[in-house]
Amino acid sequence: MTITASSVAGTPPLPAPRARTALRDRTWLRFAVRRLGRLLVSLWVLVTASFAMIHLIPGDPVRGALGPTAPADLVEARREALGLNDPLLSQYADYLRALFTGDLGTSLSSQLPVSDVIAQRLPATLSLAVLAFAGAVAVAIPLGVAMGVLTRRGHGRRTELAFTTSSVVVATVPDFLIGIGLVYVFGVNLAWLPVAGNETPSAYVLPVLALAIGPAAILARIVRVEMVGVLEADFVRTARAKRLSPRRIYLGHALPNAVTAALTLGGLLLSAMVAGTVLVENVFAWPGLGSTIVQSILTKDYPVVQAIVLVYGIGVLVTNTVVDVALALLDPRSMIRED
Amino acid sequence: MRDGERRWRRVVGTPLGLSAAALVLAVLTLAVLGPVLWGDAATAVDTDDILAGPSAEHWAGTDNLGRDILARVLVATRLSMLLALAAVVIAVTAGLVLGSAPFLLGRRSGRLVSAAVNVAVAFPGLLLALFFAVVFGVGATGAVLAIGLSGAPVFARLTQTLVAGVAARDYVSAARVAGVGRLRVLFRHVLPNIAEPLVVNATIGAGGALLSFAGLSFLGLGVQSPSYDWGRLLYDGAGAVYVNPAAALAPGAAVLVAGLAFNLLGESVAKGFGVPVLGEVRGRRRTGSGDATHQDAAHEAAPETARVTDEAPTAEDVVLDVRDLRVTFPGPSGPVRPVRGVSFSVRRGEAVGIVGESGSGKSLTALAVSRLVDDDGTVEASRLAFLGHDLRTTPTPAERRMLGTNLAMVFQDPMTSFNPTQRIGHQLAEVATTHLGMSRREAMDRAVERLDSVRIDDAVERVRRYPHEFSGGMRQRAMIGMGLMGTPALIVADEPTTALDVTVQQQVLDLLAAIRAADDVALVLISHDVTVVGEVCDRVLVMYAGRIVEELPAADLATAARHPYTRALVAAVPDMATDLEAPLATIAGRPVDPAEVPPGCAYAARCPLADARCRAQDPPLESTAGGRVACWHAGEPLPLLEISRPAEDPAEDLAENLVETP
Repeated sequence: MTITASSVAGTPPLPAPRARTALRDRTWLRFAVRRLGRLLVSLWVLVTASFAMIHLIPGDPVRGALGPTAPADLVEARREALGLNDPLLSQYADYLRALFTGDLGTSLSSQLPVSDVIAQRLPATLSLAVLAFAGAVAVAIPLGVAMGVLTRRGHGRRTELAFTTSSVVVATVPDFLIGIGLVYVFGVNLAWLPVAGNETPSAYVLPVLALAIGPAAILARIVRVEMVGVLEADFVRTARAKRLSPRRIYLGHALPNAVTAALTLGGLLLSAMVAGTVLVENVFAWPGLGSTIVQSILTKDYPVVQAIVLVYGIGVLVTNTVVDVALALLDPRSMIRED
Repeated sequence: MRDGERRWRRVVGTPLGLSAAALVLAVLTLAVLGPVLWGDAATAVDTDDILAGPSAEHWAGTDNLGRDILARVLVATRLSMLLALAAVVIAVTAGLVLGSAPFLLGRRSGRLVSAAVNVAVAFPGLLLALFFAVVFGVGATGAVLAIGLSGAPVFARLTQTLVAGVAARDYVSAARVAGVGRLRVLFRHVLPNIAEPLVVNATIGAGGALLSFAGLSFLGLGVQSPSYDWGRLLYDGAGAVYVNPAAALAPGAAVLVAGLAFNLLGESVAKGFGVPVLGEVRGRRRTGSGDATHQDAAHEAAPETARVTDEAPTAEDVVLDVRDLRVTFPGPSGPVRPVRGVSFSVRRGEAVGIVGESGSGKSLTALAVSRLVDDDGTVEASRLAFLGHDLRTTPTPAERRMLGTNLAMVFQDPMTSFNPTQRIGHQLAEVATTHLGMSRREAMDRAVERLDSVRIDDAVERVRRYPHEFSGGMRQRAMIGMGLMGTPALIVADEPTTALDVTVQQQVLDLLAAIRAADDVALVLISHDVTVVGEVCDRVLVMYAGRIVEELPAADLATAARHPYTRALVAAVPDMATDLEAPLATIAGRPVDPAEVPPGCAYAARCPLADARCRAQDPPLESTAGGRVACWHAGEPLPLLEISRPAEDPAEDLAENLVETP
């Protein structure tokens, strides 16, 4: 675990400072290389899966897309256009090559380049996910910290019970059901907020809420549990022995330690949120990738589906990597712990 | 069997568990009976009454063909449940195959499988489900396969963890050594042992599958018309939400209630059975509670006996003055009091040791005089003064600063006493920036200087290090250095060497002694180790069951101790003349459980001198020539066999009496 060369106190032989810094850099380097390697492998798996998707479909996907009544020569022409008649390996090579040049193919239904479709739809989805995540974190961390402080060491048993029960229940409600509930209350009943599209800023309110409420409950719960655990830790007692202000103890010493575990989970939540946009977008007729992928699955527009799966997958992988790096910065031990 | 029954009772004993179980039962009943009872009503078309709102006849209104929505929701229970259960079966089966693959295939191929699982787990279930929905096509069958397979990686991960846990056990290794094949071992020994957590998690998974299925059907990718499950009804209802909101709310509520019921039942069972749950994050638990054990105040029959005897009124040079200190915690059966009236004082530059076994209240005494008892405990005293400041009241900001700079603490475990996420230098400098108004740079310079003074080499570079990059002894010296950031008048060191190697112990003790000598700093050293205290301290307080039973000069420990307990402690220390063949000497019996302090002298049960009076009356702490002692038979010769050989379990007694477990 310990990286320092000299572990026994007294007068150990001292490596030069420069050597130590190098040692430290090497830890970082090893971490970065390993993490990057994992990202690349995952990316390769993702790309291959998205390529394989169309080939895994039983029967002829083009025949399936065009329907049993489509003339045979049209099917054949479409197969040719999609390159489905080439040997599998060369199709794979073509697919990879095209990806590197940013060519995602052509939509079967609109005949537009898929990259245009993505470029047009991605911002709506991205803004939704980012806003929801930021909102969830902004609510969950203060809430979890406050709850942790209130319920530490067996204090506030009733508060604890009320909080855990309600957060479990809230967290179990899937986002699209929350969305439908919100539509009913704020759209239909009160008619306060728009329930479809993304033209006005107020149109963001309900979809963001629908997406953020569940993860916020989970995150707050984790932060509380971690906080309660951390507040029992010896180093918090040390901080108290230093007579720091409660604010400093809770926010300066306890929170960073509580947040590392919450962050690990936060990464999972963020990637789940990326996927959650699919359902929420369909509730609110949000013009993003989520509504597009569902339409494309229904119309069997495979190039679009493949591309959107890729985009979602990359989003998830990048998120996970960012979280790991953030973790390493916050808590350097996590670099070593990974092995 | 009995055990299982008790655990089930524990599950349904909680309101949450009970209501979840009842709901699951109701949902399952509805799944069986629903189509029989309401099948006709659900399909009866009434074109005169389409898209109607709730009415007496149709509680949740009608759909676009005039069919009763409530009836359709009730009937849909069966299909929704069947699909969800089918998906879970697929997920668990596929998960089992993938998860036990590393066990069956051996290291290399196993690693490949688990790597693949790890990659798949990183992707959210819905994304995987969409992928499989494309492959298997739109419709109920495709959706079952999609949701089932998308749940597989999570179950694979769980199985893998569980299998690895069981595979490490002795009987599995024994079976393997005996030449039993891997597959046979898996089915005979491993799977039966992981069945319980798998079933529990499958229950939770059923709730999840129910919700996911509703999601897919809601997107139009699941069940297709004319079949209908709750998701499909939601899909139809959401389109008509302005006309008849109940058409969306009714199936939504059904999905929610059923999903929650399975989920909560699974969670409750998991909690009741102590079974790990998918993706659960557990809070870190503190290891051991040190001396903060509890004692029932109700058992404290003895009157207030720890009266202060010949302690002069606080003199000028008294750093710490404690009279009749008591610490009380709320316990499961009434308040408990691990510290029951402790009085002592510490003069400038003096080193006072507090010795005693685990649970004697010595660490808690140290925390109490430093005002660090967690706020669920109550600290009372007739006097508690540090440098003339009363510590019983909430400190003013000025007093907090005074404490922060004048009172230094050194804790037992240097591994856990530093904040792992902050650099050492920062943690030291913080004292100076907070209390001395120094700038960051000045404070950091001081930190370097102090680390240097506690003999940490290359301090300039080390301040930038994290605690995990320090060795144990270095950390403890850095902790002492942190105490020196101010101008301490008193260092309270609670078992400062217990967690350290023997070679490093001496260095830390020497360091404390050197600081004391150089700056006239008083020291309160808490230890279970009589030798350490005797070596470092001027005066020794011996604690037993939350009280001081003897106070004497350290020099007298070996020769002039009067309390039988003190003498037993001293005699239990092995020396050069100890017969290494014989078991080490111990004090017979066990330390008093602070929750059950007997009437009379707390040590009576273990004391060779005890008589009827000892068991009835608690001896007061009386002044003697060199100090104080609380014993009816102080100084009387002990019977020859006063140090007994360990009777029942030598190892255990040793652990408790000689080596305090941290």
